[in-house]
Amino acid sequence: MSTLVPAVDVESRASAPPRPAPRSKISGHLFTGLSTGFAWLALAVLLGILVALAVASWPAIETFGIGFLFSAEWNPPAERFGAVIPIYGTVVTSLIALIIAVPVSFGIALFLTELSPAWLRRPLGTAIELLAAIPSIVFGMWGLLVFVPIFAEVQPLLAATLGQIPLIGTLFTGPPMGIGLLCAGIILAIMIIPYIAAVMRDVFEVTPAMLKESAYGLGCTTWEVSWRVVLPYTKTGVIGGIMLGLGRALGETMAVTFVIGNTNFLNSASLFLPGNSITSALANEFGEAGPGLHTAALMELGLILFLITMVVLLLSKLLLMRLAASEGGR
Amino acid sequence: MNAHTPIPAGEAQIAFRNFNFFYGDFHALKNIHFEIARSKVTAFIGPSGCGKSTLLRTINRMYDLYPHQRAEGEILLDGQNLLDPRMDVAALRARVGMVFQKPTPFPMSIYDNIAFGVGLHERLSRADLDDRVEWALRKAALWDEVKDKLKQSGMSLSGGQQQRLCIARGIAVKPKVVLLDEPTSALDPIATARIEELIDELKDDFTIVIVTHNMQQAARISDYTAYMYLGELIEFGLTDQLFVNPRQKATEDYITGRFG
Repeated sequence: MSTLVPAVDVESRASAPPRPAPRSKISGHLFTGLSTGFAWLALAVLLGILVALAVASWPAIETFGIGFLFSAEWNPPAERFGAVIPIYGTVVTSLIALIIAVPVSFGIALFLTELSPAWLRRPLGTAIELLAAIPSIVFGMWGLLVFVPIFAEVQPLLAATLGQIPLIGTLFTGPPMGIGLLCAGIILAIMIIPYIAAVMRDVFEVTPAMLKESAYGLGCTTWEVSWRVVLPYTKTGVIGGIMLGLGRALGETMAVTFVIGNTNFLNSASLFLPGNSITSALANEFGEAGPGLHTAALMELGLILFLITMVVLLLSKLLLMRLAASEGGR
Repeated sequence: MNAHTPIPAGEAQIAFRNFNFFYGDFHALKNIHFEIARSKVTAFIGPSGCGKSTLLRTINRMYDLYPHQRAEGEILLDGQNLLDPRMDVAALRARVGMVFQKPTPFPMSIYDNIAFGVGLHERLSRADLDDRVEWALRKAALWDEVKDKLKQSGMSLSGGQQQRLCIARGIAVKPKVVLLDEPTSALDPIATARIEELIDELKDDFTIVIVTHNMQQAARISDYTAYMYLGELIEFGLTDQLFVNPRQKATEDYITGRFG
């Protein structure tokens, strides 16, 4: 070694100052500075919104304290506000949406990647992506004018079947009005299916063909390959897609406002009953809320929605970390 | 056809009879007609694109997954035509295992990687399943390295260990035939040597068919060799004979490196 390259030579080369290259240096600094700045800007905006929300909702926080989260009373004339009903509405409609959308999206993605004839793949995939491009207000109008009357006919059937099951039966009782929490959840499900399905399809597509062939080679059916090999292999992406859909469902305003019923009374577990969501309450009341406690209470609702979304994001990160840990490192 | 040395009578496990294969309109395998011996290692060699992998993948009907790929003629496995449309492909694949060019451990623990395939075809008690997993890992010469970390992910192993895990996974189902599609092409020389040793041990229990682009490997580990070129089986016979004394000029040109 030392006969080929003298050690002294190597050291002197290593300690020599790097050759100056002014032009690339400036653009490099500029690029680094800009991208660093943009990244910090995102963080600053996030914190700014959080602080602004907290400041604007301070009167409500001061007046109601932690009780705001546990009171079901929403009475603007009496200036008494509690957030239970909108929080319940937001969480329940989003959950319904997930329960419906996740299996349907899995089926769509599975069909598009494994089962569909080649000629159908592109048109069907594009149609699902186009579903995501429909403005949410259109979904709301379609929901109210087309879906609700049909759904009102279906509800008695649900009550006669699902409503008879012990424990979960009470969820499917009550007046078949069409509008309500269940209806809002279904509309949300339709809205988030394209997001979840598109992500699932993309991650299923990048699963190595050889991995799938290995499973087929053991005698797996398409279902077994998808459920027990492809899904575990792509779980990070799949969970990411589900979270994207959940985020959309939690924050969706217009479509939900049209079909949820917008009432602040709720005295039964029934999903047929109308309710309210955080976003609908904000959209409906902000225009007429005078300065003071009413506005502050609405601001606090916004803050709560922000925190719910953050907690959901955090939980999904934790879930992914635990999954990675249980796998023993890849 | 006269360039093919037949295997001894009664030793055939797999027999190709006037077999043809098509990718759409492309005639990929032309009139293949020969037999593969039981409990022996048979190697398919030939230049890239000659159809050796295609031929291997017909034995477990892997081509079924893809439209526009079709086969004509017969492949007899223990006398039963496996191209018969009534054939249960899942059951066929339990009798014919396969290992691929790259290790493909499933995203689950080492134990589950083995137990998964077994569970598809048999209902075993926990104790029996434990025994089967240990048996397969021992057969694949992997047990001593992984017995203390069966719960860890199969993906945490080295490349060579992953490939032996895939072999263990294949033989755990107790197939009759094991197909190896260039199983060492992604491995370093030491891991390759271990796999080659393993193949030699496994042939007592299984009929092994291996595709390799490495002629020395074929010469080292196989009992019979098939030389293929442009979709045709040019020469088939005992490995020693084919490498030392090829009957066809084309085979001689290939194995002496004058072409390919």
